[in-house]
Amino acid sequence: MIETRRLVKHFGLKPVLRGVDFQVERGEFVALLGPNGAGKTTLLRILASLARPNMGTVRVAGYDLPRQAASVRSMLGVVSHLPLLYGDLSAEENLRFYGRMYGVPHLERRAGEVLELVGLRAQRRELVRAFSRGMQQRLSIGRAILHDPELMLLDEPYTGLDQDAALMLDDLLREVITRGRTVVMTSHDLSRAASLAPRIDILSRGVISASVRSAEIDPLQLPTLYHSVTHA
Amino acid sequence: MPEATPAFRPVETIQDTRGVIQRRPRPAYGRAIAAVVWKDLAAELRSRELMGAMLVFALLVILIFNFALELDVRTRQTVTSGVLWVTFAFAGTLGLNRSMAIEKDRGCLDGLLLSPVDRSALYFGKTLGNLVFMLIVEAIVLPTYSALYNVNLFRPALLVVILLGSIGYAAVGTLLASMAVQARTRDVLLPILLFPVVLPVLVAAIKASNAILQSFEPSEIWPWLNLLIVYDVVFVAVAMMVFDYVVEE
Repeated sequence: MIETRRLVKHFGLKPVLRGVDFQVERGEFVALLGPNGAGKTTLLRILASLARPNMGTVRVAGYDLPRQAASVRSMLGVVSHLPLLYGDLSAEENLRFYGRMYGVPHLERRAGEVLELVGLRAQRRELVRAFSRGMQQRLSIGRAILHDPELMLLDEPYTGLDQDAALMLDDLLREVITRGRTVVMTSHDLSRAASLAPRIDILSRGVISASVRSAEIDPLQLPTLYHSVTHA
Repeated sequence: MPEATPAFRPVETIQDTRGVIQRRPRPAYGRAIAAVVWKDLAAELRSRELMGAMLVFALLVILIFNFALELDVRTRQTVTSGVLWVTFAFAGTLGLNRSMAIEKDRGCLDGLLLSPVDRSALYFGKTLGNLVFMLIVEAIVLPTYSALYNVNLFRPALLVVILLGSIGYAAVGTLLASMAVQARTRDVLLPILLFPVVLPVLVAAIKASNAILQSFEPSEIWPWLNLLIVYDVVFVAVAMMVFDYVVEE
């Protein structure tokens, strides 16, 4: 589903990605860990066709990026640091707008289902600018799944979520796995990553420094491994 | 396989020998443009931030000019086109800045760019939204100016010039605003980028407006109208081609 080779990205003179080789099979769930500034967000932005690499190749779902980006975008569901929502529109209006942009069929019904799923049905007519950070994040997750994407790119999706919302997202992601969708999720929460994702990759200093199977490592040893890789 | 829930329904996808997944149908081009315009108008109807700022600014400018220029009736005719277009241009800049800032604030620009539509549809949607805002402000400024300066501005030819000038201004302005919005100094950057590029539109619109207000011969009006039309066509085409590169990181 995803294949990058020798991916390089720098901002000005500062290198962020220094030759990332990253493969994800269709239906796989990969947690991407790494310290701040390791390049996780940049990698996701390149995969989402929001940024161009300086060197290297990227293929998503068999399409070359950035050349065939338009074909890839309809398959992507993205949750980023920012909610990507309009403050002066209601929750329902935001979903309706994005639904139209993705050509979602039976939009009214689908928007209602998604609002129910993320626990915002009662607040559907409220303006997003009045929402708390957690409620915005819930709606942002709803926006990302609205068109039922094949590939989900989640950049620290648990940020700002309360306990209930975090459990809702846990359930949602487990269902994603069951349904055979592909997920790449960045996180700083090692235990949550280990409990959800069968594969954990660690990005450090612009390269993938380690890739482990969750089933093959004792969850208690993960912080030690993470520390040794990121401080090597 | 468990039952499908509302979150995820089974999606039929076909993989060819190269591993390319069958592309999903994309939304129609026109519908995407309409969705962007609807979104801008609906958000503005709620907040009234953009129109409020543009209108207050425009009305203040013509009021200040009214007191600053104590002119006789004949001289008023000659300055009207300049005052009008200065007002439209500066009020328009305020609107363009705000319109793109809304997209940047909560990462909404990324949301738009992630949509599986041709990016020129996003450009046309934003340009049409900005044009509508400009035309609404102009529709309020014109009668106010007429009343304050005792000049009849409701002439069909003048309205055509205002429409053509506004189209050119919104077309170039939207493109440059989407470029400037990436910078920290976007509020300062936009006028610096915009005015040199949009100068032909302003000059042509002022000259054509002045010629119409002073009842010049059509032969003196047409060259400026032609310049406006050519500029509009060229810049809409150029903006459509380069928008994709301008908005990308």
